[in-house]
Amino acid sequence: MLELIVISTLNGVLFGMLLFLLSSGLTVIFSMMGVLNFAHASFYMLGAFFGYQLTRWIGFWPALILAPLLVGAVGMAVERYGLRQTHKHGHVAELLLTFGLAFAIEQVVQMIWGKLPMDYRVPELLDFPAFTIFSTNYPAYKMFMLLVSVVIFIALLVVLKRTRVGLIVQAALTHPSMVAHLGHNVGRVFMLVFGVGTALAAVAGVIAGPALVTQSDMAALLGPILFVVIVVGGLGSLPGAFFASLLIGLLQTFAVSMNGSLASVFGPLDPSTGASLLTDVWNVTIAQIAPILPYVLLVLVLIVRPMGLMGTRET
Amino acid sequence: MTELTSSAPSPTGSTPARNIGFYAAWGIFILAVVLLPLIFRSGGSHTTFSLIGIAAIFALSYNILLGQTGLLSFGHAVYYGLGGFLAVHGMNAIAAHGLPVPLPFVPLIGGFAGLMFGIVIGWVSTQRAGTVFAMISLGIGELVASSSLILRSFFGGEAGITTNRTDLPALFGWNFGPQIQVYYLIGFWLVISAIAMYALTRTPLGRMCNAVRDNPERVQFIGYDPHVIRYLSFCFAGFFAGIAGALAAINFEIANAAYLGAVQSGVVLFATFIGGVSYFFGPILGAIVVTMLQLELSDVTTVWQLYFGIIFIGIVMFAPGGLASLLMMHRPLVRAGTLSMILPAYLIAIVPTLLFACGVILTIEILAAYSQGNAASSTIRLFRIPFEAANPMTWLAAAVLTIGGFFVARMTWRGVTAAWDRAMTAARERGYHA
Repeated sequence: MLELIVISTLNGVLFGMLLFLLSSGLTVIFSMMGVLNFAHASFYMLGAFFGYQLTRWIGFWPALILAPLLVGAVGMAVERYGLRQTHKHGHVAELLLTFGLAFAIEQVVQMIWGKLPMDYRVPELLDFPAFTIFSTNYPAYKMFMLLVSVVIFIALLVVLKRTRVGLIVQAALTHPSMVAHLGHNVGRVFMLVFGVGTALAAVAGVIAGPALVTQSDMAALLGPILFVVIVVGGLGSLPGAFFASLLIGLLQTFAVSMNGSLASVFGPLDPSTGASLLTDVWNVTIAQIAPILPYVLLVLVLIVRPMGLMGTRET
Repeated sequence: MTELTSSAPSPTGSTPARNIGFYAAWGIFILAVVLLPLIFRSGGSHTTFSLIGIAAIFALSYNILLGQTGLLSFGHAVYYGLGGFLAVHGMNAIAAHGLPVPLPFVPLIGGFAGLMFGIVIGWVSTQRAGTVFAMISLGIGELVASSSLILRSFFGGEAGITTNRTDLPALFGWNFGPQIQVYYLIGFWLVISAIAMYALTRTPLGRMCNAVRDNPERVQFIGYDPHVIRYLSFCFAGFFAGIAGALAAINFEIANAAYLGAVQSGVVLFATFIGGVSYFFGPILGAIVVTMLQLELSDVTTVWQLYFGIIFIGIVMFAPGGLASLLMMHRPLVRAGTLSMILPAYLIAIVPTLLFACGVILTIEILAAYSQGNAASSTIRLFRIPFEAANPMTWLAAAVLTIGGFFVARMTWRGVTAAWDRAMTAARERGYHA
């Protein structure tokens, strides 16, 4: 039991930090530009696939730097030539543009790399167990993932709190038009923020690629959970995104490792009643409902506290 | 939002001439629904028409949300799918108990199922409009789609639940075995639903929906609750989506988890938006285009969904009013008789635009051939002209067409804009306004 708790906590924090790498970019982009970037998870997928391809060509470590830069450049191009053109048609058009983009990116990835999972391996340097805890070998690569996300988290915090650029971004989170009135080149700030946000998503993709599955449906699987994170955390709140990422990371990780069901608590139903909705609900395990837990949380949060856990403004 | 959805023509300003045009448009629509399957008699075209009819009802119901109330939903397939599932269960129950309910009434089961779930889910999700509504609809969509795989006894797991539409009592000797009979059932419901949904836009509620879309704050000032109006609109959308879902279940004689999924929600969004949300007939147009693309493109190319995405992005970026707006934009010019002023500019612009499109298609197909690993042997047929994917001349042609076409097209479209302004000014001088 203790083993389960420790391992699940580690994995949950790891998944949560990965989610935060994505949701931080998404929430900053949303706050500044008012655009919910539907394609954000697609940039994460692009990061994983670029990382895989570059790893095959030039090795993992250069890929870890290069792939996010490439994806960031793609992101900036999307902002400059796509979103900025669409801005005059309103937010719905912008949201739909990113929706179409997410669809197109998935198709391009499928066209180039196919639908099967890629053979994206952990680099040899990190392919050993970091430590053994209650007979479970915890892989060093996962510790490396945790390290990278924590380092980026701290770097992001320093940039946002201690630098002039961070000051502008923070101001734009709450008073976007005031920042523009003060004479900052908002267009360039937007492009930069979009580029950095997508590059962060790509970092998450490169490091998560070997540990999770690198496949053309990874964006479609993660994308909705990402939206849950930023809505639950509160749209436009970075601390909220952080806590919601950890919460959902832990929630899902713990849920998949639990096998309990109503039947195991209260005993099985009388078999003579036959198959019905009740038996479905009675016999389903917590592990089986793990994928829907984030959405249940979303609906609950929106009913009880519509601005999210730490959000301040309603949209 | 306001830019996307220009106001509908005023209900009071109708002249006799306009009334004739209005009834003629509906007459042509009904005639087309009745006569098309008699003109195109093959079984394949009957199947196509059936799919278009279902897609048209579904897209129209979606437009109650997006076009009329300004609610962007990413989970509209939930009501379509639940309508389909309840219709299948209803049909099985009718057949098992020998109830005297003929097939044409089954879509009502789906409709009321959609309405019921709309009533339950809508109250929470329509509390807010905009992004929050979009996110809730996405979350609920995922929730229902994932639950459908857990509640196996109702949703039948991955295989779904099958039914047999001919087991139901026959009506006037029709047992709805042949596709043509199913088509007429769908056509009947298409006409009824289209008229009902059009009538809805003319009611005070329909008008208040438009007001909530354009300025919810002002709606509150005049004493309405925007939440209630959004909620009612949501329930109606659910009802008609349920009818479409039930018709799909009748057509395919199966309901499975794909009916409720994100893909289905995305397709209806694509269809409605490509067709155009600001005109009532837009979603019908979009349903026709998207269904035809799905059926035809998939025969021609393996990467057809990519073209689908590119078309959608193109519409969002360059024609956010959809195809309907592109057509209706020309109405004042046609009336003023100044359309001929821009036709030459169109004819000039269309050549480089088509060449650019060919360049893009060629590029995509070359890439597809290479990534599928059969570049050496594959030949791309573009308008019956064979291109060898591995031949550098083909690459050159693709590059020249794409890059050259892009710049020449951009130049000629400036000419179109100038000609458009001239024609519009001339139309205004003759007293016709947009």
